[in-house]
Amino acid sequence: MYMRKTLAYAAAVAAISLAPVVQAQTLTIGLGTEPTSIDPHFHNLGPNNQIAQHFFSRLIEQDHKQNLLPGLATSWKPLNELTWEFKLRKGVKFHDGSDFDADDVIFSMHRAGNHPNARSSFGLYTKAASTIKKIDSHTLHFISKKPYPLMAVDLSNVHIVSANEKDKWEGDYNNGSSAFGTGPYKVGKWVKGEVLEMVRYDGYHGDKPHWEKIIIKPIKSAPSRLAALLAGDVDFIDQVPTVDIARLKTNDKVQLSQGVSNRVIYLHMDQFRDNPEFVKTHDGKPVTKNPFKDVRVRKAVNMAINRTAIVERVMEGVAIPAGQLLPEGFFGRSANLPVPKYDPAGAKKLLAEAGYPNGFQVTLHGPNDRYINDAKIVEAIAQMLTRIGIKTTPDTMPKSVFFKHGKNRGPAKPPKWNFLLVGWGSGTGEPSSPLRSLLGTYSKPKGWGSSNRGLHSDPEMDKVLDEALATVDDNKRAALLAKATEIGVGRNQGIITLHYQVNTWAGKKGLTYKARTDERTTGFLVTPSK
Amino acid sequence: MTVFIVRRLLQAFLVVWAMSFLVFVGVNLVGDPVEMMVNDEADQEERERVIKAMGLDKPWYVQYLHFVGRAFQGDLGKSFVYGEESLGIIVERMPATFELALAALLMAIIIGIPLGVYSGLRPGSRISKVIMAGSILGFSLPTFWVGLMFIMVFAVMLGWLPSTGRGDVVPIMGINVSFLTIDGLSHLFLPALNLALFKISLVIRLARAGTREIVHQDYIKFARAKGLSTNRVVLVHLMKNIMIPVVTVLGLEFGGLIAFSVVTETVFAWPGMGKLIIDSIQNLDRPVIVAYLMIIVLVFVIINLVVDVLYSVLDPRVRLQDVKA
Repeated sequence: MYMRKTLAYAAAVAAISLAPVVQAQTLTIGLGTEPTSIDPHFHNLGPNNQIAQHFFSRLIEQDHKQNLLPGLATSWKPLNELTWEFKLRKGVKFHDGSDFDADDVIFSMHRAGNHPNARSSFGLYTKAASTIKKIDSHTLHFISKKPYPLMAVDLSNVHIVSANEKDKWEGDYNNGSSAFGTGPYKVGKWVKGEVLEMVRYDGYHGDKPHWEKIIIKPIKSAPSRLAALLAGDVDFIDQVPTVDIARLKTNDKVQLSQGVSNRVIYLHMDQFRDNPEFVKTHDGKPVTKNPFKDVRVRKAVNMAINRTAIVERVMEGVAIPAGQLLPEGFFGRSANLPVPKYDPAGAKKLLAEAGYPNGFQVTLHGPNDRYINDAKIVEAIAQMLTRIGIKTTPDTMPKSVFFKHGKNRGPAKPPKWNFLLVGWGSGTGEPSSPLRSLLGTYSKPKGWGSSNRGLHSDPEMDKVLDEALATVDDNKRAALLAKATEIGVGRNQGIITLHYQVNTWAGKKGLTYKARTDERTTGFLVTPSK
Repeated sequence: MTVFIVRRLLQAFLVVWAMSFLVFVGVNLVGDPVEMMVNDEADQEERERVIKAMGLDKPWYVQYLHFVGRAFQGDLGKSFVYGEESLGIIVERMPATFELALAALLMAIIIGIPLGVYSGLRPGSRISKVIMAGSILGFSLPTFWVGLMFIMVFAVMLGWLPSTGRGDVVPIMGINVSFLTIDGLSHLFLPALNLALFKISLVIRLARAGTREIVHQDYIKFARAKGLSTNRVVLVHLMKNIMIPVVTVLGLEFGGLIAFSVVTETVFAWPGMGKLIIDSIQNLDRPVIVAYLMIIVLVFVIINLVVDVLYSVLDPRVRLQDVKA
């Protein structure tokens, strides 16, 4: 009897002590967002793309700093101004066992660009390649109508699916049961809102990931997500709230991973209308002249903002002051645009020079649930501007309302707001994306200025940017992009950049993760430290 | 009774229709779902394609007529966000919310009624004072704060219970339930208690007030005088008579538990309808918002009907066929 009890006890102990060994192959992640579909071409948005990259590979992958790496393509080069040659990897198999070849790429490019239900399609990455020519089973030529230097960058956003699953758009593709990729993980169980399980795919062509299983749990509420980590229910979380970071740094059970993102927070100023609704004279009367049309006023606003104070006080130190569109280390950045100096006295002088010795009144609009601490930043800026005489009223609202009225439909239907705070993450990892969308003159045929909410326009910058977008040579293009940035952000003060967001991930001690500039959480890149 | 039920169901249909109109118009006034949906880098052409694909290029009354036409065929439209039938998405999450709400209701009854009756019978005792003071806390503390405190204390500090999520589920007749597994129960306990806290306090107060009123009634005195045991007097004569207000309020509150478990579900990452609706509102997923509110109206109407029927069972003086519109 006694013997049996002891045995049972020993077995129980063994079971308990064995458990962690089995568990160690599983990584449980608490995410602040949830994908809406497994279909990698359904919705071109961060939460979906970060999940898709576990199941699907791309021709070209992006590393944690958005540098391009060989993926399903082993090499690529421009043959001439219009043609890019891609050599595909051999011996790759999809999760359903079929072989990967050029036909899958052609099919995926077509599917990504023409998904009938796509909520935001990948067409913007596939449309430049107007013809895709199959040279042999593992060589492709991508041909564009105009010289297109961003071909490789664009293709690093398109996930490759198996051509065997034609004409499938919903149902099984959404829930993942017929979504076959070549990524490091296969789709396991998915219960929306509850859990998404990923199972390691042993035939993966890249490095074998450490985790046999990755379990994703969507936990939207930030304090709950953190509590789940501290309670040990999850091993790793994203979007750690800034207020908790200082305390977590002293917690020896937790390891933080922090890094700057490609997202810049900035201000738009209406440079189009003559009678802006939310700008008033210093004594509250409607204006006849739009002060923001004067570059000196824009410059004064820029000088009146104490970026260091915002970063230290509002962002709890978790941000980097910005003087241009992308943080250090990115392609096409200008070396001549330092962070503007805080100079309230100089700002006041400039205002007086521009004809506003008593300042004026303005409302600064911003979202309160879109960017890290967005509403608090708006309030801080309103105070700083009020100090130099621009009496600023902060007005923040949920993003759903904010963006409805902040939308730019061109000169005929400009945004309602005249002065607003927004952010921009550059998916391409270089400045042509913000330059085109935020500063380029609004043009529907060119696809420019869709987010140019201040309707800034400068033909000179447009010309430089046009040239850059037609220059395939990397060095020359980088110089042109830097020049365009210097004109748009530097000389013209078309927008006022505030800071680059820094993202924080937290994991159990012993887990390391290289913070990604694209803000994505990639489960298989979380590794146990040796 | 049948006439009564049929009439009520017809009324319900009208209420649901009126609701669908109000909500549909309401959500069409707020925000721009396309801006929520598209990638920042999308150009004008892409934005226009999405607007067309979602049918938002037509005026709202045309959209509404389309919606009503399809609704009669049982199709409440496709979710903007998920691209699937919105009804299906909601129904998928229903069991989790119903389970949570029922667990909370059960807690409210099991904990609330005995405590309330006790403090009603012995209003002056110290225990009663503690109970009443506790019920004030239950009323006044905000749910999200209590939820976070529960997680901090029971999951993070003590490590007794899991912090978030739903545990192992077992299918019963195709519906996944978690209360049949230990893991499921341990996940269910904290959110259910969090959701129940307000209701427990409510039931305590109702039961106490009812008891205080009824113990002085003649029939209780008569039962005592007859020499019935205290247990019988309390459990049969008193309980039966305090139940009417309790059932009414709990019935209405059950609808509230289902419709407004939003906070608890968000704090505990409980995969129910409440979390779905709050996400849908933030993302302006109009079809899901409309379908959800229509379902909730239906739930309320049905609960009211059940409460009315229960009345007639509890109190023979109430005759359902007497109720005329």
